[in-house]
Amino acid sequence: MIVDPGIGMIGRYCRFMYLVMGRPEKWGVFGRRILQETYKLGVDSLGIVTLISFFVGAVVTIQLANNLDNPFIPTYTIGFAARETIVLEFSSTIVCLILAGKVGSNISSEIGTMRITEQIDALDIMGINSAAYLAAPKVVAMVVSVPLLVMYSMCVGIIGGWVSGFMTGMVPSDEFIRGLHFMFKPYYIFYSIFKSSLFAFIIASVSSFFGYYVHGGALDVGRASTKSVVVSCVMVLMVNLIVTQLLL
Amino acid sequence: MIEAREISKSFGEKTVMHSVSATFETGKTNLIIGKSGSGKTVLLKSLVGLYDVDRGAILYDGRDVTRMGRHARQQLRQEIGMIFQGSALFDYMTVLENVRFPLDMFTTLSAGERRKRAQQCLRRVNLEAQADNLYPAEISGGMQKRVAIARAIVQNPRYLFCDEPNSGLDPTTAGVIDSLISEITHESGITTIINTHDMNSVFTIGEHIAFISGGRKLWDGDKETILKSDCPDLQSFMESAVRLMSLGK
Ligand SMILES: Nc1ncnc2c1ncn2[C@@H]1O[C@H](COP(=O)(O)OP(=O)(O)OP(=O)(O)O)[C@@H](O)[C@H]1O
Ligand SMILES: [Mg+2]
Repeated sequence: MIVDPGIGMIGRYCRFMYLVMGRPEKWGVFGRRILQETYKLGVDSLGIVTLISFFVGAVVTIQLANNLDNPFIPTYTIGFAARETIVLEFSSTIVCLILAGKVGSNISSEIGTMRITEQIDALDIMGINSAAYLAAPKVVAMVVSVPLLVMYSMCVGIIGGWVSGFMTGMVPSDEFIRGLHFMFKPYYIFYSIFKSSLFAFIIASVSSFFGYYVHGGALDVGRASTKSVVVSCVMVLMVNLIVTQLLL
Repeated sequence: MIEAREISKSFGEKTVMHSVSATFETGKTNLIIGKSGSGKTVLLKSLVGLYDVDRGAILYDGRDVTRMGRHARQQLRQEIGMIFQGSALFDYMTVLENVRFPLDMFTTLSAGERRKRAQQCLRRVNLEAQADNLYPAEISGGMQKRVAIARAIVQNPRYLFCDEPNSGLDPTTAGVIDSLISEITHESGITTIINTHDMNSVFTIGEHIAFISGGRKLWDGDKETILKSDCPDLQSFMESAVRLMSLGK
């Protein structure tokens, strides 16, 4: 009984994505919309990403330092472990979960409001493919800007760890930096960026989907926006598991 | 001319339109009247193809939309303008951008020409130039309706659909909007279809009137014959509407 509407939903999602992939009416307008959306969804998220990355980087380092307080473990291990945590999981998955909350609810409530105020009908009646016009620039903007945000988050997180290490006197600066260089695998960065662009695609398309098919009133817009955040988070976590199994 | 042939529409189990047939003539203001919830919006949205009908045919000067593919339909929509019940202006665009938008999307005119054409339409609906750079949230409901009209006519449509264009407006402004739509219709010989429950509109601009109730078309005719109709539902609809009008005075 739960499976049935689930399958119907997947079918509708696929049909929606087929519409979204449609050729834009005008490339110039499409390009401009991508820039606007990149600004709105990407650049406007810099603040929250900076804040969270810095503090989580700092806390991870302090906790590692507390737990690895053992004469047999060299201090630079803390820098190494902090780097691995931030690069492999925190900056890609956790940052994307946070973006699913911030950006996902923004996307679905914006599109949902356009649906209930008949703005989407107005687009359709002009002969515009409304799904593509509204969702495609958001998907592209997210897939482009989230990996950049994730790389930025890695840098800020590591800086946070480094600062907290020498500020608290737990990890000297040169030890931390030595740890950062220890057994460095560029592949991990690639892996992290790759999965974050998948997550970005999920967040943007799932939230657009829930917004696009709202019907009813303001209450339903709120409901759709909550649903889109929950579904994108679950999807991100599941895809994370699969990708990690396949790529690492 | 737009012709609906026995169209039906249901949402899930609920049938909201029962085999409606009607013709809407070119160069005239065709009214669809009926009380709230009678299915006017569903009929209008089915006619323009926003809802797919379950049965029946809809002919635009002989072209059947129900059998058109997505591409042909998008092509046809270039010839359609529509004014929605709640104006449906894009709220992240200014008034001028709203009106210019169809031109931006579908024409190869230069930026200057597009702006000029948009301004021309805004002046046509008697909006002052000061309003051009305001956002929809910053202007009154009546002004929003005018912007919606300007946006609907910017591409010189052959068919114009209006869903309760004067609802929520005071009687004077409502009259102004009605006569604006009627003038535009006659100026360019457009096929105009208007949903309304306002008897004022019926007697001022109603050239061809279809009455629907409970998803069925029960009567059609013009404003001369409407008073002599022997359809009981229409009579009671008119009585209550007239009573409301006299209460208002
Ligand atoms: N998307 C929908 N899903 C299910 N039922 C619908 C839908 N749209 C309309 N209906 C039903 O169809 C009937 C007709 O609705 P419609 O919106 O056409 O009325 P209306 O004549 O336009 O009324 P109003 O004057 O208030 O705008 C109503 O009973 C409504 O509940
Ligand atoms: Mg209606």
